[in-house]
Amino acid sequence: MSEASPAKAYALHLGIIALLFVLSFVLPEYYHGLLARIMVLAVFAMGYNMLFGYVGLLSLGHAMFFGAGLYGAGLAIIQLGWGVPAAFIAGIACGAVLSLIIGLLALRTTGVAFMIVTMMFAQVFYLLILYFANWTGGDQGQVVPQPARVLDFGATALDLTNPTVRYMTALALFSFVLLVTLAIVRSRYGRVLVGIRENEERTKMLGYDTFSNKLMAVVVSGTICAASGAAYALLFGYVGSSFASVQYSILPLLWVLLGGAATTIGPLIGTVFMYYVIDVTSGYTSAYLLIVGIALILLVLFFPKGILGTIRQRWLGWLP
Amino acid sequence: MHFGPHLLLAALEGLVTSAVLALTALGLSLVFGVMRVVNVAHGEFFMLGAVLAWAISTAISGHPALGFLAALVIAPLIVGAIALVAERLVLRRLNYNPEATIVATIGMLYIIQQLALSFYGPEARPVEPPFSYRILLPWFGYSGYKLSIIAASALLLTATWLVLTRTKVGLIMRATQYDSETAQAFGIAVGRVYGGVFALGAMLAAIAAVLIVPISQAHYLMGQDPLLLSFIVVIIGGLGSLRGTVVAAVLIGLSDGIISMFFSPTLAKIIATLLVAMVLVFRPQGLFGTASR
Amino acid sequence: MTPLLTTKDLSRNFGGLRAVDTVDFTLMPGEIRAVIGPNGAGKTTFVSLVSGRIQPSSGAIVFDGADITSQPAYIRVRQGIAYTFQITSVFANLSAYDNVALPVQRTLSDGRSKGAVRAGVMSALERTGLADRANMPAGQLSYGHQRLLEVAMGLALKPRLLILDEPTQGLADSEIDNFIALVRDIAKGATVLLIEHNMPVVMQLADRITVFNAGKILAEGTPEAIRENAAVQEAYLGTAP
Repeated sequence: MSEASPAKAYALHLGIIALLFVLSFVLPEYYHGLLARIMVLAVFAMGYNMLFGYVGLLSLGHAMFFGAGLYGAGLAIIQLGWGVPAAFIAGIACGAVLSLIIGLLALRTTGVAFMIVTMMFAQVFYLLILYFANWTGGDQGQVVPQPARVLDFGATALDLTNPTVRYMTALALFSFVLLVTLAIVRSRYGRVLVGIRENEERTKMLGYDTFSNKLMAVVVSGTICAASGAAYALLFGYVGSSFASVQYSILPLLWVLLGGAATTIGPLIGTVFMYYVIDVTSGYTSAYLLIVGIALILLVLFFPKGILGTIRQRWLGWLP
Repeated sequence: MHFGPHLLLAALEGLVTSAVLALTALGLSLVFGVMRVVNVAHGEFFMLGAVLAWAISTAISGHPALGFLAALVIAPLIVGAIALVAERLVLRRLNYNPEATIVATIGMLYIIQQLALSFYGPEARPVEPPFSYRILLPWFGYSGYKLSIIAASALLLTATWLVLTRTKVGLIMRATQYDSETAQAFGIAVGRVYGGVFALGAMLAAIAAVLIVPISQAHYLMGQDPLLLSFIVVIIGGLGSLRGTVVAAVLIGLSDGIISMFFSPTLAKIIATLLVAMVLVFRPQGLFGTASR
Repeated sequence: MTPLLTTKDLSRNFGGLRAVDTVDFTLMPGEIRAVIGPNGAGKTTFVSLVSGRIQPSSGAIVFDGADITSQPAYIRVRQGIAYTFQITSVFANLSAYDNVALPVQRTLSDGRSKGAVRAGVMSALERTGLADRANMPAGQLSYGHQRLLEVAMGLALKPRLLILDEPTQGLADSEIDNFIALVRDIAKGATVLLIEHNMPVVMQLADRITVFNAGKILAEGTPEAIRENAAVQEAYLGTAP
C-alpha cells in the first residue's frame, strides 16, 4: 500500500506468471488440465478477494457472479450459436450487470445482513437456473460442444479444447487479472477501498462517497468472477447448476481466507493449496466437504490472516 | 374434492409446517437475539435431531410410542450437548465476532452434514409415528398425529415464552441480550448464558425435527430447507423478536402449504426468497419488528 | 461581510429528547469560535448536524450562502467543512502516511502525479510535527500523536471550516501548548469551530464563545463577556453567583 518498493512487487508478480508459464513445459500432461482449472478458479478467488479482502465486505453469494459468467457464455454458444469471443464478452457483461443490480440492493445493508442478503440473492439465481431447466439444462447441466469452442482466425484456429491452448488461455486470463488487481490495489482507489474497510464513517468524513466506491468494488469484483465463470465454460465445456450453488459461494471465501485476504497472490496460493489438500484426502474419504468444513473452522480460529497474510505480518511487510 | 375442503386440507398441512417451523426458527432467533450469532449450522442440528430420532427409535423395541418418546427426550439432549461443545470449542474462542462466527458455523454445517453422510448414509429412513389415530372430518380423514404436532408445538412455544418472561433465567437472558457488558458488570456469567442459549437453540431445532420425522423422513440433507425457512421467518418476524417469529412462522407455514399446492415448489421458493431478501434490504427491522436500538 | 455558516431553527430530536433545540447560529469567516457547555448540552450533536453526520429533525443550515441542509456529509466535506472526531478515529492499521494520503489525494485535482500526494502528505505531517513518524501504523502512535494525526487529516482536506471536537482531551500540558500554537496557525487560513472543555485553552484561543445548555444557545460573546455572564456561571456551577 505504501510508496515503498513497487519494483519488488511487480518483479514478484511477473516472476509468478513466468513460473506458471515454465511449469507448462516441465509438468506432466496430467497436471496441465488441473493447473488450468486452478488458474481459472484463482481468478474467481481474486475477484472475491477484491471485495472481501480490500473492502471488507463478506459476500456469501459470489457463486451467482461466477454463474452469470458461466451461463452467459455457455448459453450464448449453446442456445444462440454465438462465437467464442462474443460468448466470453456476453458472460462478462452478464456478470457486470448482475453485480450492479445486486450491489445497488445489497449495499443498503451492512455486516451480517449483507452476508445473508447476498446469500439469498444467490439462492434465487440458483433456483432460477433449476426453474428454467429446459433452457439451462437444470441440475444435469449441459456440455458446450467441442466444435463451438474453437477460435477461428481465418488462417489459424485456436482450439480451446487442446490442453496447451487451454493452459495458455487460462494463464493469459490469470495474468491479466493478477496485474489488474495489483494495479488497483496500489492505486488511489485501492487506498480508498482499504479506508472503507478500516473505518467507513471516517472515510465518509474525508469527503468520499463511500456508497459509490463500494458499488464500484462490487461491480469490479463481480465482473472478475464472471470472467472466471465465462472462461470456465469455454475452456472446460460444461455449464451446470452446481457452480451456482451455495457451495461455490463458500469456496472462494475459503480459498481467500486460506491464502490470505487482502493479498494479491493469496487467492492463487489458497486455491492451489485447497486443491492439493482435497486431492490428498480424496484417497481416504469421499466427503471432501468435510475437509472444507474443518479447514474453515481451523482458519478462523487459528489462522485468520491466512498463509500470505501471516508471512506479510511476520517477515515481508512490502507484500501487496 | 371441492375447493373449500381442499383449502382446509392445505391450511391444516400449512399449520403443521408452521408448528415445526416456529420451533426451529425460535431457536435461530434466540441465538441471534442473545448472542448476535447467525448460526448457519442450525439446519444441521435439525437434521441431527431427526437422524438421532431414527437411531433411537430403531434401537428400542416394543410399541412405537416408546421409541418415539425416548427419541423426543434423548435426541434433543444429545444435540444440545453437541452444540454446547461446539460453542465452547469454537464460538467462544472467536469472541462471538459476528462475521467470524458465520464462517465458523458454515464449517460446522459441512462437518455435521458430511459426518452424517459417512455414518448414517445417503438413504432416507422413516420413523414410525407413536400412534396412528385418524380423525374423520366430513370430507376427508386427517392424521391425529399431525394435529398433535400442532398442539405440542403450541405447548412448547408457550413454555418458552413463560420461561423468557416470567423466570429469573429468562430475565438473565434478556439482560444479556440487551447489553452483555452491563450484564457482565452485574455479575451475570455471560459466557454460561451464551453456552446455554446456543444449546437451547439447537435443542429447539432437534425437538422440531423429532416431531416432524414420523411424517417426513430422516435424511442427511434435510437441514437445508428448515434453515432457509427459519431465516425467512426470523427476518420477516424481526430479528430476535419472539412474537414476531411465531407470527411469521404461521404466516410462512400457511402460505407455503397453500402456495405449493397451486404453484411449483421451486417457483414458490424463488418468490419467497426474493421477497425476504427485499424485506432485509428495505425494512431490516422485519415486517413486525420495530426499529432496533 | 457574509457569514460562513448560519443555522436557522436547527433542531434534532432523539426519541423524546430535544438534543438541539431551535438553534440560530452564525459564524463569520476567519473566526476561532469555541462552543462550550455542560455535558449533554448538545454541542456534539450540533456540530454533527453541521458536518452532516446526522440529519436535523427540522431547521436549515447555510454554508457560504448555499443551503446544505439536505446534502450528504461527504459533499459538505468537499465544500470545505472538515470534522475531526471527538473519539480518536484514525485508521489504526494504516500508516500515518496513508491516513493523511486519503484526504490529500481527494483534494488534488490533477489526479495523477504521485509526487503531489507525497508533497501534500508530508506538508500536513510536518505542520503537525509527525513527519518522522510517517511510516508508523497509526494505532501504534501515542495518544497525543493520534490526536495530532486527526488534525493533520483535517488540515489535509484544505477546509474552509475546521470543526475540532474536544481536541485537547487526554493531552498532557506540554502537548496542549503546542496544540494551541497549531490551532492559531490553522486559523490563518481557515475558520475554526472548536468544542472544548478546557477553559484556559478556550480563553486563549477563542475570538468568540457560544455557550450551549439543554440544547439551546444560552449566551454568546467575547471570552471576557462570557466570563462575567451570570447565566453561564449558573449553568456551569449549578448555583447562583
